[in-house]
Amino acid sequence: MIHLPNANIDVFREQILGASKAGTPLSIEGGGTKSWYGNPNNFAKLSTRAYSGILEYQPEELVITACAGTPLKEIEAALAEKNQILPFEPPHFGDGATFGGAVAAGLAGPGRISAGNLRDFVLGARVMDGKGQDLSFGGQVIKNVAGYDVSRLMPGSLGTLALLLEASVKVLPKPAATATLRCHISQAHAHQLLNEWAGQPLPLSASCWIGVANSEEHGELTIRLSGAIAAVRAAIPLMSAAINAKELDPITAETFWKNLREQQLNPFTNLGADETLYRLALPAACGPIGLPNMSNEVVLEWHGQQRWWKGSSDDTTFAALKALASANGGHAIRFRQGSNVDPAKERFTKLSEQAHSQALEAVQARLRAAFDPAGVFATNRLP
Amino acid sequence: MNHMNMVTTPPDQAAISALQSKLVAALKPILPEHALLWEPEDTIPYECDGLAAYRRMPLAVALPETEEQAAQILKICYAMQVPVVPRGSGTGLSGGAMPIAQGLVLSLAKLKKIVSIDPFTRTAVVQPGVRNLAISEAVAHLGLYYAPDPSSQIACSIGGNINENSGGVHCLKYGLTLHNVLKVRGLLMNGDAVEFGSLAPDSPGLDLLAIMIGSEGMLAVVTEVTVKLVAKPKLARVIMASFDDIEKGGDAVAAIIAAGIIPAGLEMMDKATTRAVEEFVHAGYDLNAEAILLCESDGTPEEVAEEIERMTKVLEEAGASGIQISQDESERLKFWSGRKNAFPAAGRLAADYYCMDGTIPRRHIATLLKRIQVMEKKYGLGCLNVFHAGDGNMHPLILFNGADQDEWHRAEDFGTEILEACVELGGTITGEHGVGIEKINSMCVQFGEGEREAFWGVKEAFDPERLLNPDKAIPTLHRCAEYGRMRISGGALPFPELERF
Repeated sequence: MIHLPNANIDVFREQILGASKAGTPLSIEGGGTKSWYGNPNNFAKLSTRAYSGILEYQPEELVITACAGTPLKEIEAALAEKNQILPFEPPHFGDGATFGGAVAAGLAGPGRISAGNLRDFVLGARVMDGKGQDLSFGGQVIKNVAGYDVSRLMPGSLGTLALLLEASVKVLPKPAATATLRCHISQAHAHQLLNEWAGQPLPLSASCWIGVANSEEHGELTIRLSGAIAAVRAAIPLMSAAINAKELDPITAETFWKNLREQQLNPFTNLGADETLYRLALPAACGPIGLPNMSNEVVLEWHGQQRWWKGSSDDTTFAALKALASANGGHAIRFRQGSNVDPAKERFTKLSEQAHSQALEAVQARLRAAFDPAGVFATNRLP
Repeated sequence: MNHMNMVTTPPDQAAISALQSKLVAALKPILPEHALLWEPEDTIPYECDGLAAYRRMPLAVALPETEEQAAQILKICYAMQVPVVPRGSGTGLSGGAMPIAQGLVLSLAKLKKIVSIDPFTRTAVVQPGVRNLAISEAVAHLGLYYAPDPSSQIACSIGGNINENSGGVHCLKYGLTLHNVLKVRGLLMNGDAVEFGSLAPDSPGLDLLAIMIGSEGMLAVVTEVTVKLVAKPKLARVIMASFDDIEKGGDAVAAIIAAGIIPAGLEMMDKATTRAVEEFVHAGYDLNAEAILLCESDGTPEEVAEEIERMTKVLEEAGASGIQISQDESERLKFWSGRKNAFPAAGRLAADYYCMDGTIPRRHIATLLKRIQVMEKKYGLGCLNVFHAGDGNMHPLILFNGADQDEWHRAEDFGTEILEACVELGGTITGEHGVGIEKINSMCVQFGEGEREAFWGVKEAFDPERLLNPDKAIPTLHRCAEYGRMRISGGALPFPELERF
């Protein structure tokens, strides 16, 4: 592995030890493209941007190792050159998105339903804990059972556990063929079909249904097939016939999936100043659900397991949504808030609000204390 | 030879007996008579797991039949500060379920119900004692299966798989246990019931499911698991390719991946292994090949045809001296039979063999094999090399005669040098067998003091009193002195009927 000068790491350590002494947390930031995500804070920033660079990438190893501050687009460009991809399709949400920011946010795009979550692809991480210790966990190989899988605690931790310095992530070859089909069917029908297809040896890699939340009305279903040329070719007529679908041309298709991932589609872009965009993570079994005070339009991704819904920003609405998600075995998040909404509102469902998870709240607190006894990363960005 | 160099200060026998009586008296009221064992003739089957070289008798063995009983057992042990060693099928190969002398063995073997199967959501809820293969068998009629397939899958339990993050021959394409489990219900050491993960794609808070998986029974006791089921491929075919040079074989592995192909299975055997297994299984292997690659494709018939064609082209370009493609299922199984019988074949060649479990980046396969050839001369011992080439996980089998002290020491040094080479080449000391008790010293080489301290921090977050399987996987400071290796005496494998590795 190429080792960059440790100058940045020493700067990080100084900043962390200084914050530890002062008793004030640090807010870790990469490109700042997802600064709106999670609970807000006004603490001093620790910027990872200067610690940038791809440390190791050999296509035949299916793994890339890079510094946290590396631009995500630089990673994706390096992979594209070798016809490889990040299969979980992390959203950028802005031009300056970094690799470390993508890992810390733990978000995934349309491919998540077939390829897996970002954390599934993390193989190793180099982190700095709240004591300024430089620690490495996991590695660059797929099979590795030496020690607890600490590197996989980093995805989605939003900078509340340790500072991510470097990460190794598994990558995959770009599928040999891709096709996108579109049709208009009801949400219940789409939910039923997508789950049935997912249980068959079909190359279904992504889905999106946009329509009216809780009705029989038809919405727009877009599905993506990815895989071997023969597999995609054989599936197109089979699946098109079932839903009377049309195939989209490759450029329209690619733009659609990219805009969905980046939330540049209509239901996302016209968020009202007083509105909140909620994210619901739900089990596969959960069919159409409804709630008053919510907009009519809903976006279903991941065969319905991820739902985007705009609505009133008040605590009563969020509480009702959390209860609805929880009753169905999932959870709800205030993902984005309109410009007039009080930023201090709690964005997440807490562990203690989740059935059978109460005892884990103490475990999580002790885990954080082990890595960060002085609370350098205790921003509460993720509760 | 001394396998017990890890034992702590020998406890006073009278104190142990007193503790045993106290523990048994406390557990009796909550368990049926047959679910609590403490007489030596009853507890002796539990003195070791699949790594028979490491043995110890526990105070008692409890076999709860419900989660509620398991929780009560833990509460009692917690109150008495008695350590607990959870145990599944006992097929583990690193001594992860070796008892603690002043501790209880908590066997989850009686929790073996398949609770529910849901074809619509492609999930099954199972108790921890359910065997890995039993899940796939139970859902086969739905065209589904549970993907991780460790070689011991007919016997190993899903609870054990969770704790070892088990893989299998197909994990390059289908993932490890981590990638195929949605939710784990478990008990903390104090008896509190908790759920890790959920049926939704993610859960609130830190991803505790990810750290729970592969934690070698040290963080929580598994009581229920929700696994993902995937559509069974319609067809599988395997290519058997011969190479007249190890380096060409290693490069072929890299070339397949670089060509954008993810084979369902990609395994490699060296010449010594090929010869040993051919004598055993008569699969028709090319005995003159320096390396044999088995490269499998699965999917729809169209997909498989396309992939086999692409793989064949890459293998030819990589300089394969011979290529055979399985024409039907029986031929496919025949091609695989040698690979799956490498262990018994090694047992025929030498009195003892020593199995390593390191993982290295794929591009170093040839480098490592060449180094091992040099080591064979250096130590005057033979070595068979079988690889999960697709994921770089290697199992060199060092052949030696355990009756000869000098050979044994040479075998130990040989293994040490291989593991050192794995770490040096950017790999890891254990790819799939776990650290357990056996490789606990090797952890000192792979991790520094800061990381090991962090591991203890993780342990104490779940189990502040360090009572749950506390002497496994994570070495204390004073332990960090030497490498550890796994030794299997020829024919002494506790489950000789199981396919291994």
